[in-house]
Formats: sequence, structure tokens, C-alpha cells
Amino acid sequence: MIQVTLWAVLAPLIGAVIAGIGGRAIGRVGAHRVTIVLVAISTILSIIAWYRIVVAGHPPIDHTLYLWGVVGDLEIPIGFLIDELSVTMMVIVTSVSLMVHIYTIGYMKDDPGYQRFFSYISLFTFAMLTLVMSNNFIQLFFGWEAVGVVSYLLIGFWFDRESAIRANLKAFLVNRVGDFGFLLGIACLLAFTGSLRYDEVFAMAPALQGQTISLPLTGGAEWSVLTVACLCLFIGAMGKSAQFPLHVWLPDSMEGPTPISALIHAATMVTAGIFMVARMSPLFELSETALSTMLIIGAITALFMGLLGLVQHDIKRVVAYSTLSQLGYMTTGLGASAYAASIFHLGTHAFFKALLFLGAGSVIIAMHHEQDMRRMGGLKRYMPITWITALIGTLALIGTPGFAGFFSKESLIEAVHHSQLPGSTFAWVCILAGVFVTALYSFRMYFLVFHGKERMDEHTRSHLRESPAVVTIPLIFLAIASLLAGGLFAESILYGTFFGQSMMVMPEHDVLGEMAPAWGGAGAMMLHSFVTAPFWLAVLGVVVAWYLWLHRPDLPARIAARFSSLHNLLIHKYHFDDLYENILTALGRRIGSGLWRVGDMRLIDGLLVNGSAFSVGRLAKVIRKIQSGFLYHYAFAMIIGLVLLVSFFVIVRL
Amino acid sequence: MNIPLLSLLIWAPIAGGAWILISGRRDRNRPDRDDSARLLALVVSLIVFILSIWMWAAFDREVATVQFVERAAWLPAFDINYHLGVDGISVPLIVLTTLMTVLVIIAGWGIGTKQSQYMAAFLIQQGLMIGAFSALDSILFYFFWEALLIPMFLIIGIWGGPRRIYATIKFFLYTFFGSVLMLIAFLYLHSQSGSFAILDLYGLRLGMQEQVLIFIAFLIAFAVKVPMWPVHTWLPDAHVEAPTGGSVILASIMLKLGGYGFLRFSLPMVPDAAAALASTMIVLSLIAIVYIGFVALVQPDMKKLIAYSSVSHMGFVTLGIFVAFPILLSDPLDHTTASLGIQGAMVQMISHGFISGALFLCIGVLYDRLHSRMISDYGGVAHRMPVFAALAMVFAMANSGVPGTSGFAGEFMVILASFKAGAWIAFLAAMTLILGAAYTLWMYKRVIYGPVANENVQSLTGSTLRENSVLLVLALLVIVLGVWPAPLLETMGPSVDLLIETISQSKIRT
Repeated sequence: MIQVTLWAVLAPLIGAVIAGIGGRAIGRVGAHRVTIVLVAISTILSIIAWYRIVVAGHPPIDHTLYLWGVVGDLEIPIGFLIDELSVTMMVIVTSVSLMVHIYTIGYMKDDPGYQRFFSYISLFTFAMLTLVMSNNFIQLFFGWEAVGVVSYLLIGFWFDRESAIRANLKAFLVNRVGDFGFLLGIACLLAFTGSLRYDEVFAMAPALQGQTISLPLTGGAEWSVLTVACLCLFIGAMGKSAQFPLHVWLPDSMEGPTPISALIHAATMVTAGIFMVARMSPLFELSETALSTMLIIGAITALFMGLLGLVQHDIKRVVAYSTLSQLGYMTTGLGASAYAASIFHLGTHAFFKALLFLGAGSVIIAMHHEQDMRRMGGLKRYMPITWITALIGTLALIGTPGFAGFFSKESLIEAVHHSQLPGSTFAWVCILAGVFVTALYSFRMYFLVFHGKERMDEHTRSHLRESPAVVTIPLIFLAIASLLAGGLFAESILYGTFFGQSMMVMPEHDVLGEMAPAWGGAGAMMLHSFVTAPFWLAVLGVVVAWYLWLHRPDLPARIAARFSSLHNLLIHKYHFDDLYENILTALGRRIGSGLWRVGDMRLIDGLLVNGSAFSVGRLAKVIRKIQSGFLYHYAFAMIIGLVLLVSFFVIVRL
Repeated sequence: MNIPLLSLLIWAPIAGGAWILISGRRDRNRPDRDDSARLLALVVSLIVFILSIWMWAAFDREVATVQFVERAAWLPAFDINYHLGVDGISVPLIVLTTLMTVLVIIAGWGIGTKQSQYMAAFLIQQGLMIGAFSALDSILFYFFWEALLIPMFLIIGIWGGPRRIYATIKFFLYTFFGSVLMLIAFLYLHSQSGSFAILDLYGLRLGMQEQVLIFIAFLIAFAVKVPMWPVHTWLPDAHVEAPTGGSVILASIMLKLGGYGFLRFSLPMVPDAAAALASTMIVLSLIAIVYIGFVALVQPDMKKLIAYSSVSHMGFVTLGIFVAFPILLSDPLDHTTASLGIQGAMVQMISHGFISGALFLCIGVLYDRLHSRMISDYGGVAHRMPVFAALAMVFAMANSGVPGTSGFAGEFMVILASFKAGAWIAFLAAMTLILGAAYTLWMYKRVIYGPVANENVQSLTGSTLRENSVLLVLALLVIVLGVWPAPLLETMGPSVDLLIETISQSKIRT
């Protein structure tokens, strides 16, 4: 079993190295063959591991591969924790990655950086697997930052575009703000538990309740250690999973090629934060402050980021804001202690959002790299497969009964409704309103792209055609997953033994347990949905979208003009980019040059060094005279001087 | 085994250097080239490197005390001995020295002026640095410590840039005043103990006032070398004017002498003063990390940027060393966390040796082609030099402290340890995650990424096999140390534990 999982991790790494250094020896075809075969092996091994643990009931494995280091009594291990949660993540990561690898053959076929691209996405798969399979904090942090690095490389893949290399730097730095919190969280846990291993830290956690720590800048107030640790870890999750107010990097990350938007910025990396919190459930369960914080941050992200999707014209950015909003849903679910529901939504979202991104990519190929939806329309006629699969993805996203997204999202909303924690009512209202917004922006995009007037120029129209098979086959696979991944697993995941003991829920927070008695099967849930608010909110959203963007396309502009201040607020993304880019970054540079010019140059050098060494100038003249140009003279003079010096002190002393 | 291994390591390169100086052939047509000299230098440095690896292999990792001891009377009238030996703290630094010298000699293969002298200077410098890392007699240490300034002084003064005179004098004044105070401290300690032997001084009991004065004398010497804020301003100037090889040795090894000095002298000799002044040291380290991080952000000159980045990263060395005291104060039995801090400092020193050396080599590769260190003169280098860009990315990430690289290992250990000493210390130290990434990657973006900025960049030729292989060796080391620092930790573990044992006992004279 360890062999199975070890090779599942190593295969993509080997692929990345071969594609990265193979160069002309393997060629373009060689690069994609090697990486695809190795990622396929990884996928198969992940499915085997998943089958053994989840289906066949093999007990979880906690295996240390090697010791990173030993310091005193502290052993820092590298190893795997293979349980229900990690194998599920492995299957999601590898299968989406495999689809994206295949899709890339078509999407990047004319790109000069073809091999580099395959190397990066395989490397990403490796990094993501080390993250989800870790049994300790150091490897978690390794995977956590490594996916950030590959994301940085991929957003800046087209490195001669100024917008791309701005976006990747921004993404990395915003993530680093999150990682800053994450690292402090790990340090806090180590300081109080003396271990970096999950099992030991989790075992110690209950004993930490009631212990406090005083923090700077809080007026010496005593904070619960667990709350501090959990909030710090959650700051990390906010960075990686792009939660408000660290969300700004994700929309800009769309500067990268579309396959990585699907793989990294929708299906896998951005869900790392959600996964991490679920993994740390034995800690988070002990801090209601942290849970409430997640409810509120998640709810704000879910609703307000969704609203931004309404005013975007770039097809990829709409999907990006949709991703932000859905990540907000997952975070809200975590706050309600419905970890299983959040991970369930993570899984279904991975499939339908990857599908939507790859569908958007397929449209972009057909449109000759035009991404503005105002120049699209009526594509349904030209691209039937893309159209159908995109429709499936959109229906899954808005939670249409029967589709994957329905089961996960509906359960998540219901779980938040059941939560008794402070902030849960606010969260429930936000995510309920979010359902309407989701339907509105999703169908706005769908109608603008596939229906209505054909607004592209004649040249583009004449070249419109369906994408090649390497593009459409992944679409079809993902569409099938978006249809089936929900109903098939809903019962087992939410109320059954799918996740076994891999996530911990306190009895008083067990919202899913409260919902269990009402469960009557997937069919009953679908029927029941017709009398619930989310369903009708979604329907309303679709109808409004139809009315505004298909039936009366003149209306949106008029509404925007009427409510121009609100519209401007949305266009400017609530001014967060302005705050970070124009104020905080500028402030950082101002501080830097202030310290340099005043602190270093004027005070230290001006007063201390050059002041005391007023003689420097004169000394320099002397030195210049004795610079005869021969090494021997210098060396001789210095050694003589040194010997004299030593002798002088020694003799004076004696 | 009776081979005087340490003496070989010290004197073989010095003898090699001297031989090159004496035999330096002068080709009338090419007065500045000497192929035999550089070949000889390479062979000598490789032999020394192999010897040092042999020493590391033969070094008993279970033993905390000094090994490979050599002792002979040097100036018996003054009780000064030629006394050498290494423990787990010095061995890694010696191996780092021998490795970096090999790489610097390969990197300087095409140096245009006074080639034989250039090679000789680096060999002699190497011998003297190994001497400083292995001396067990304080006067012998002082001798090496002062003598190794000479080759560096010459390297900057002869092969340096236009403002080299200013830089060398600043460098000299800073380091010289510190050294004199150190010498006075040694003489005072001799008057109290009757011995110059470093290990004898560990057992010497001293009054608090004496301890503080000695600590300050040491501090000035070592703080300048590290360099700590606010005595760091010589470093950017020295780096900017130094030739590539000089910058590499300066950043990779000479700065480490400061950190080594704290571990070898300040901590075990005057632990009570070190404990009393630990909070000051921690504050100075944090200022270095944060303040200098901001300063690095706005540097227009690549070498200055990396020089400031060095100061900021070396802040972790002093931080890791001195957080041990508040940790032991709050929990005298918690040797593990104290050890985590000090070993983190050691890992950071080795790692910084690789990374800063590599970054200066990278700048050298660019400088050799365009003769500019200004960020604004570059842009889009990746188009012309893709392999170089990929290697530089590894070092940029390592300098940002990304896990999986050595840059992470040391900082991670120090931050983890410092949380125990105070959440605010960890908070400020962890700012490097943001600042380090900001200044490093922003520079990378402006130099390597983007469209080709001008005709000069367009004319760039790809990095040569020689350049690539030097960088590749360092890249692999950076990654190996990042994912598997265990061998390094094992080597120094017992010695660091012994050090903690020493410093956790008061030596106040009653």
C-alpha cells in the first residue's frame, strides 16, 4: 500500500523532471506522452488506494518515509497519512490533472513553451499530492508553498506579457501573506505540543483547552492557544483559498493559460485551504471563535464575490469570480462544522468548475483567443459538444436537482442553517442570497456566449468550429462526473462512512448528524428541493438572467447607468486592488527608501562611519600612493603590520 | 590515523597559492592570462575539497567535543600554541569553504587581469578561513581572523570596481576596530586564566561586569562580520565594488565567521552576559530582518539588493543563536527548542552560503556580458538565456525561503524556536516571508521576465557550460539541504547540545 501511494506521488515528479530537462531529446510529443502516462499511472494508483481505504475498508495508514531532521527530542518526519480524506483528495487531484494534461495537447499546441508547460503541470500534481497526503506540518507547508510556486510559474507562463508577470507576483505575495499566518500557526502548535506530527498534535489538542497566550498589539489580552493557532492556520487558508480580503490574486491569475485556471485556480490548489481546515478539524472543533470567523469570512466571500461576476466581460474572469464565491460556500460549510459537506462540495466543484474553465478555453480557442463575451454569442450552433457540456457544468454550478452541485451545495446550505454558532444566521442569509446571484451570473455568461446575436466579426465567425477531440474528450468526461459525482456518493459522504474517522466533529456541532434522520435518499432529496428556497432562488436567477441578457439585452446597460455608484463599486471590485496596489505597496516602498536614505545613508554612514572616519579621504590618498600595483607588496606590508600588532599587544601585556 | 588533516587543509592551499605566485609564468603576448596557474589552482582546491569531505566522513558524529586535534608549541614564551581541532559546528563551515573555493575558481576561469594572482589570493584566503574555523588557541584564531582580511582587501582593491578604494577602506576600518577589541578581550582572559586555549576559557569563572565588557568587545568584532544592524553599511559597498569571486567568498564564508564567533567565543565564554544582553541581540536581529528587508526592496543595483538581502538573512543567524536564552530562561529543561534555534542558525549559515554565493554568481554571469549591475538595464533576459533563467529561479525561490530549498530550512527552524521565546519575535521574524519574496521576486520579474528590454539584452549570449555547471551544483545542494538537512543536523547536533549544556550553567564568579 505504501508502494502504491509512494509511486502515485513520485510518478508526476518524474514526469516533470523528464519533460523539464528532456528538451530536444524527447521533443514535444515525447514530453506530453511521458507526462500523461505518468499522471495516468498516478491516477490509477490513487483510485486503487481510494478503493482499498474507502470501499474495501482497509484501515488508515500513517507512515513515516524518512526523517527530515532530528533536533533534541523533536523528530521532524516526512511521511504519508493515507485515510479516507486524503485518498479522496488524491483521486480528485489526479483525475482532474489527467484531464487537464490531455486537454493541454490541444490548447497549447502552437505554443513555444509546450514542454515547459507539461513539466510545470506535472510538478504541480506532485506538489499537490504531497500536500494532501502529508502526515505532518512541515510536509504540509512544503506542499502548500510548492503549489504556490508552481502557480506563480504558470500564471507568469507567458512571461513577456506585463500583465501576466504582474499577476503572478501579486498572487505569490498575497499567498505569502496567508503563509505568514500559516507558519505562525504551525509555530504556535509546536511551541505548545512539542510536535509537528498530526497524530501527536491532535492527541494533545484537548489538553490545550484553557491554556492562554498573551499577544502583542492586543493590550496584553490573554488568548486561547487553540483559537490563536486556528486563526493563524485559517489566515493561511484565506490566502490559498482566496477568501476575502485575500481574494485579490485569484481573478488576476486568469492571465495564465486556461488549462491551469481549470487545474490550479479552480479544482485543486485553491481548495487546499478547505482541505487543510478539514484535516485540522480536531483543532478547529475546539475553537468556536475560529469556526464563527470561518462562517462570516466564507459568507462574505460567497455573496460579494459572486456579485462581482455580474459585471465582468472576460469569460474567464466570470468563472474566476464564481470560483471565489463557491470557495466561500465551502469555507462557510467548514465554519458550520459540516466538514464532510464542504469536502463534498470541493469534489463536485472540482469537476464542474474544471469543466466550465475547460469549456471557456474551448470557446477561447474557437474565438482565436478572444475572451470578451461582448464579442461572442450564438456559439451553440458552431460548437455543439462545448455547448452541451458547458450547459451541464452551469446547471451543476447553480444546483439544479440531480446534478452533482445540487447535492453538495443544498446540503451545505442546510447544514449552515442548522448551525447554532454565532454568525450562522448571517452566513445562512448570505449564502442563500448567493444562490440567486450564482444562477444570475452563470446564466448571464451562458446566454451571452452560446445564445443570442452573433456579435463576433466576420473573420472570426467564418473560422468558428468545434475544438479537436483532445479538447472535447476531457469535457465529456468532466461532464459525466458533474452529472454523477453527486447523487452517487451523497448518502455515503454526508451521513455514511465514506470519510470514516478522518474528520472529527464535536457532538454539539454535529449539524450533519442532526440532518441525518430527515435523509430519505437522493431521489427524495430532489423531490423535496422543489419546496425549498434555494431551488426557487436559482430558478428566479435563471429567469432574470434570461430576461436581462437574452430577452431585453438593452436593459443591463440602463440598470448600470441608473445605479452607477453601485455599478462602479462592482467594476472597481470594492476598491481592494486600489488599496493593496496603490496604497500598501507604495507605502512599503516609501518605508524602504526612507529607511535606506535616512537610516542607512544619513544616520549610520553620515554620522557614525564617515564622521568617525573623517580621515577616510586623507587615508585614501596615502593608500593610493602606496598602491604600487604588486600583490607582493601589499601582502608583505599587511603581514608585517599584523605581526607587529600581535607582538605589540603580547609584549605590552607581559 | 596520524595525518595532520587540519594542517593540510590550511597549509595546502596557502602553499599552492604561494607556489602560483612564485612560479606565475608571464606570457609576453598575454600578460594577464596564465593557464597553468588556473589549472593548478583548480587542482589544489579540488584536492582540498576532497580532503575536507574525507574529514567530514571520518568525523565521529556521536562525539560532541573537538576532534582531529593538533597541538604544537608556537610561541612558547607567550604560552601561544598552534592548536587546532574541529567540532560539529566548524566541520560544516569548513566543507562550505572548500566547496565555494572550488566554485569560485571555476567561475573566475576567464578573469582578465592578473590571473595568477587572482587564483593565488583565493587559495590563500581559503587556507586562512579554514584556519579561523579550526583554531583552538585564541591568538592563533586572531592571527587567522586578521590575516584573512588581507586577501579580501586585495581582491576588492585590485579586481574591484571604480569606487574600490572607498569600499576597501570602509571595510577595513569597520573590521579592524572590532578585531582590536577582540584581541584585548583575549589578553584580558589570559590574564585571568593564564591560558590562551579556547577550551580552557570555557571553564573560566568571571564577574558579571567583566563578562559584559568581554561580551561587548566580542560583539563589536563579530557583529561587524555578520553584519548586524547598525554596523552593516560596509557590506553593500564592499559587495558592489568586489569582483564576482570576491562577493561570493565574502557573502558565503566571511560573514559566517561572525556567527561562528558567537558560537565559539561569546556564548560559552561569557554565557551570563550573553543571557543578560540576549533581548538586545534579538531586537537588533529583528531590526536587521525587517528594516533591511524594506531597504532591500528599493535597491536599484542588483548587487546591493543581494547584499542587503544577506544582512536580512543573517539576522536569522543571530536571532536563532540568541533566542536560546529566553527559551532556557522560561524553561531550563527545554534544550530541544533552544537547540532548534541554534541549529537553525547553523543551517541558515550554510544555506546562505550556497544561496548568496549563487546569486552573486548569477549577477556575475550577467555583469560579464553587459557590464551593468543596474536592474533597469535588464529585462526579458529569459528570452535570451533560458537555462540561466531557470537556474536563477531556483535561487530566487530559495532566497524567498520556499520550502524544499535550504533557504526555508534554517528560517523555519529559527521561527519555530522563536515562537517559544515570544509570539512577537516569531511574528516579526516571519515578516521575511513577505519581504523576502517581495524584493527577490520583484527583482527577478524586472530582470529576467518581461519583453526584451533593449538591444544589449537582445545581444546576450546563453550561459556557458562552465557557468551552468557551477550554478547547477549549487542548485542541487540548495534542494538537497532543503528536503534532507538531516546529515547536517546530525553532524552538529551533539556539539550544539554540548554548547547548550555549557550556556545553561552560570559562570558567575562568586
